[in-house]
Amino acid sequence: MASIDTGAEQGGKKGPGVKKAKKLSTRVDMTPMVDLGFLLITFFVFTATMSSPTTLDLNMPKDIKKQEEQTEVKESSVLTIMLGKGDQVYYYEGKLVVDATGNNFKQTTFKGIRDIIVNKKKEVMDRYYQRPDPACEAKAKAEGKPISNCADKDFVVIIKPSDDATYRNTVDILDEMTINQVRTYAMVKIADVEFELIKKTEESNGIK
Amino acid sequence: MTPFVDIAFLILSFFIMATKFKPPEPVEITTPGSVLSQKLPENNAVMISIDSANRVYFTVLSDRDPSKYDAIIQGINTSQNLGLSNEEMANFRKTFLVGVPFGNLKQLLATDFKDQANLSQPGIPVTDTLNNQLVWWIQESKKAFAGEKLNYLIKGDGLSKYPTFFAVVQALKKNEEFKYNLVTSLDDVPPGTELYKAEQSKN
Repeated sequence: MASIDTGAEQGGKKGPGVKKAKKLSTRVDMTPMVDLGFLLITFFVFTATMSSPTTLDLNMPKDIKKQEEQTEVKESSVLTIMLGKGDQVYYYEGKLVVDATGNNFKQTTFKGIRDIIVNKKKEVMDRYYQRPDPACEAKAKAEGKPISNCADKDFVVIIKPSDDATYRNTVDILDEMTINQVRTYAMVKIADVEFELIKKTEESNGIK
Repeated sequence: MTPFVDIAFLILSFFIMATKFKPPEPVEITTPGSVLSQKLPENNAVMISIDSANRVYFTVLSDRDPSKYDAIIQGINTSQNLGLSNEEMANFRKTFLVGVPFGNLKQLLATDFKDQANLSQPGIPVTDTLNNQLVWWIQESKKAFAGEKLNYLIKGDGLSKYPTFFAVVQALKKNEEFKYNLVTSLDDVPPGTELYKAEQSKN
């Protein structure tokens, strides 16, 4: 590009006594400016944080001491999920049974837990469709909500992170609730029996 | 070349406008991902951070009304008998986060805010149920923000352990607060799931 005309060169014909006005070029060298411009672009591209953090809402229940005020749930539609060490997930359906009659304490991973939630939800909903509740459906219709809200109203997931679970595990499982649209879930402190079971399973599986 | 330069400067101005500088974060926290795309409230909020070593930090986010900072630190000063000087309390406005027990608060606030990053902060004691100092911080914030909506942000590192998070929740519960926002980064919704189907049908 052209540089600023300094007028140093004494070109042109000059008649005696004739002073000709110097013709200055209006062109300015833009190269340094463009260089700087690109430098700034690179800087801003690198520093720009496009992904702003998002939030996950968490509502915790009030601690209820009185037995009669506590919410009762149907045993057959409860899924209890426990989080252990090393991203392991443990679960059981209904009441925990670990004795001679059987053992429903099972182990899975975060990949496997989704299917278990989906299947359990389906099972609860199927049971509902065999014996529908017209009162609930009428209410849902009046409020403009889908009837499926009635079908899964009994389905409850109880989340019990153990002391070894990480915060990421906790968020992941809460996220899983959103992904599978589980509407009723609760985060509860783990019982000693369950923690012992997790410890035992971890030992036998060699998870540290 | 002129159109090319024009475009370049257009992009430049875009990036200048779009860039928002993050405040310097003295502790590095990698948040876990979640599928929810809700935006984070940036005002009228207290942020409780948990780093990967289970240390708990407390931050007040109130750019709009800096007097809240003064109200909180004054409340803490009187309730805990810390004997902070006025300069130290004024420094709380600039303090990005507090991660010390009450006993060390004077030392932290006596340090210039630029040098606070070099100070190693042991974290606010929370796991001891009898000495959960976060309860006090939340209580004073509640007082300072009385009559306004106050959001509780919990920003935990993915590797921090559950008991610390639970202790933070307990501290909030003691103050009769049951609704929190967990800070996460955005993940994609896994295809084939119910949420995915619900979002597809919405669009």
